[in-house]
Amino acid sequence: MEFEVFDWGLVEYSRALSLQKEAYFKVKEGNPESALIICSHYPVITIGRRGERKNLLVSEEELRLRAVSLSCVERGGDITYHGPGQLTAYPIFNLACLKKDIHFFLRNLEEVALCFLMGLGIKGQRLPGLTGVWLGDKKIASVGIAVKNWITYHGLTINIKSNDLENFRLIRPCGMDVEMTCAEEALGRELEMCVLKKRLIEKFQEVFCPAEAILWQR
Amino acid sequence: MAKVVLPELGEKIEKAVVSFWYFKEGDRVKEKDDLVELATDKATFNLPSPCSGILLEITVSEGDTAKIGDILAVIQEE
Repeated sequence: MEFEVFDWGLVEYSRALSLQKEAYFKVKEGNPESALIICSHYPVITIGRRGERKNLLVSEEELRLRAVSLSCVERGGDITYHGPGQLTAYPIFNLACLKKDIHFFLRNLEEVALCFLMGLGIKGQRLPGLTGVWLGDKKIASVGIAVKNWITYHGLTINIKSNDLENFRLIRPCGMDVEMTCAEEALGRELEMCVLKKRLIEKFQEVFCPAEAILWQR
Repeated sequence: MAKVVLPELGEKIEKAVVSFWYFKEGDRVKEKDDLVELATDKATFNLPSPCSGILLEITVSEGDTAKIGDILAVIQEE
């Protein structure tokens, strides 16, 4: 499988969602075969199909005061937060070119996060029965996907910057009493997002298409 | 009559929750239209209609769980 890479920078969640859908239709037509979108979002709380409002711990008024928007989305999973201190990847992958297996894909997304963190010197782990990547009992990376005609959208978010953890206190992430952590907190030093983007793209290639020599970038 | 069956979604996935029906009973559907959305733990999956026709019966309602191989709906083929 081969994928084309798109760097959308810092983008509104709702804008990214409509762009993802455009990318989905292009992949469905086979051009490109698959796409990988890398971006960060302005502060937003998203609620998946299995999400419940009770896991939002503050009023919508307070969200407005904090300049955090709210969005209900057609992905699996419960409630989560996206912000500028995270690296988000939306693989629009045609699983017909890879393997028609949703859990295989989810586990490989976790593998991307594990390899990425390992490259930074952070040893993350999976926890039995849970999705995502964890440091001890704190979560550092989240996954949630939607699949249509065996083409995936939504994806993977890795917490990078420590100044973006505060907004997780507005929710019960994934409907659980889970504490979030980030790469900066684990390392005790600041990280540059632009350098990390390239590393994340490389990890996607290593995990999903190690035999491909060419990585198309746009 | 065509039966809409919950297909294999991958290893270790034995069931899924019907999260959303795009049509109601009596509606006309086209082949490949998104018919029903299913949710597993961290993924939603859209199942397209296997044929064109009238959606005669929905056998698993929104919020209910279906096992792989279960019949979700019946379509009167055209």
